[in-house]
Amino acid sequence: MRKISDLFKQELQVINIGLVSFKESLEDVGVKVIQVDWRPSAATDDETRDALQKLLGSK
Amino acid sequence: MAVKGILKEGEYYDSVTLMLVARDVLALEGVEDAAVVMGTEQNKSILETSGILLDMFKNAIDSDLLIAVKAKDEATCDAAIQKAKELLTSRHSKMQETGEYMPKSLEGAVDFLPDANMVIISLAGKYAGDEAMKALKKGLHVMLFSDNVTIETEIELKQYGKEHGLLVMGPDCGTAIINGAPLCFANVVNRGDIGIVAASGTGLQEVSAVISNEGAGISQAIGTGGRDVKKDVGGIMFIEGIKALEEDPETKYIALVSKPPHPEVLKKVASLIKTEIKKPVVGIFLGGDPKVVEEAGAIPANTLEEAGLIASSLSKGKSMDEFKQLLEEREKELLNLAEKESKNKTATQKFVRGLYTGGTLCDEAMLISRTIIGEVYGNAPLNPQFKLEDSWRSKENTFVDLGEDEFTVGRPHPMIDFTLRNKKILEEANDKEVAVILLDVVLGYGSNMKPGDELNPIIKQAKKSAEADGRNITFVCTITGTDKDPQGRGKVKQQLEDAGALIMPSNAAASKLASYIVKNIGGVK
Repeated sequence: MRKISDLFKQELQVINIGLVSFKESLEDVGVKVIQVDWRPSAATDDETRDALQKLLGSK
Repeated sequence: MAVKGILKEGEYYDSVTLMLVARDVLALEGVEDAAVVMGTEQNKSILETSGILLDMFKNAIDSDLLIAVKAKDEATCDAAIQKAKELLTSRHSKMQETGEYMPKSLEGAVDFLPDANMVIISLAGKYAGDEAMKALKKGLHVMLFSDNVTIETEIELKQYGKEHGLLVMGPDCGTAIINGAPLCFANVVNRGDIGIVAASGTGLQEVSAVISNEGAGISQAIGTGGRDVKKDVGGIMFIEGIKALEEDPETKYIALVSKPPHPEVLKKVASLIKTEIKKPVVGIFLGGDPKVVEEAGAIPANTLEEAGLIASSLSKGKSMDEFKQLLEEREKELLNLAEKESKNKTATQKFVRGLYTGGTLCDEAMLISRTIIGEVYGNAPLNPQFKLEDSWRSKENTFVDLGEDEFTVGRPHPMIDFTLRNKKILEEANDKEVAVILLDVVLGYGSNMKPGDELNPIIKQAKKSAEADGRNITFVCTITGTDKDPQGRGKVKQQLEDAGALIMPSNAAASKLASYIVKNIGGVK
């Protein structure tokens, strides 16, 4: 089984979702990082969102 | 006065980018008020309160960008809107110029970076939980910077993380250092053999910076978010974090940093330390009883600085007496300095005003001051009876945490944007009862990149305006950070000293000095 401490032996590689400044500071210290161009889905009311997720099987 | 605005469908920007653009637009001449926000219900209600919710915004949705400007005339509004558009475009094109590929989803990012092992999420709370669970299900560790994630979601995420050997740092986790990399708001510190688990962001920053400045170093610093050690979450990640550090061969010593955990959580932590943890543990549970830490089998510290010094002493093989001697000598210096600074105050000058950007630092300062000058007023005081009626108006001895929600709605955190605190500094300096102004400056990634450049002229101006009125105000500052931080602690220290401020080696020392001065001049209630 995987353990949290396994992470400490690996090279840290990061996916950043949100504030771009967090990606920039990681690049500054030489960490591999990719920014997700995230945006809210047009369906913002919770009911529609839940229904969509159910349909797409992502929840 | 004119109000104008535009709505751009499907144009999304993160909140910090938007707030920084809004700040620049607000600084334009003739602009009275400005908002550059996404069209969420909350943002719309803020616009309504400010009287700039235009009709065209009423049906806006989360993915719409709204720009509203209130200015002296229509031409000024148009110019300000144009400026906002330019600032946003320049931000976008900066990303495009570098030719970077930006996937639209977590799935796309994993395809592009298949060895990714950590996801940092700083979306609005209502979206953050879903993205975090998606990441965990892909076997990725998570740092959840976002707040406003429900407690149920937090428990669900952390249970899943625990069962699958994954870190879930947060929600509301501002700081971590993993494999030497500072994540979100963190300082650049030496690598070493001290591992930290912290349920407090600025607490983690202060302890790790003290350790690094002492010449020792950090193996891993795991943030859990403050709610982790409360009853409901039950310390899930605090405990998993300690276990992970015990397993990590690079970690020789463990430091725990938190406000007092719930008694049930503390019991679990104590039992873990006694039965499974072989490495020495230092604990600072701010405001808690040090005996409890001792009973848990850990070495208790009274302040964040002390926790850092004890851990450093252990790491460097020094005796505990050495750091005690250092603190004793420091105490004498503080008393001498306080004596000197007390002499140049007028009869009206009695009180200290602490203007904090770091929540835990503010808490620690209040805990220390309480033992010297009694309870202090504040927006988040230790004793609820000392809560300010109006957080914007200080009273007698007052310490405010400017990072609390009431001050941050619609603007970036005060560690990033100094505008609000600068204004408060000048206001406090005009109060005839003020003798000391106590400030924290938190360095590191995420924070303001030029704190010295911004604070130096404000401190000078504040001192000058008080001097014109025959008063000398003592500025006492603590700088949380290291020389390796992008701002450079030494450089910032010099800039603040040039403005006439006294720079202390820690928050504990700064709050002691400020309190000793107040005690000497009779500002104790």
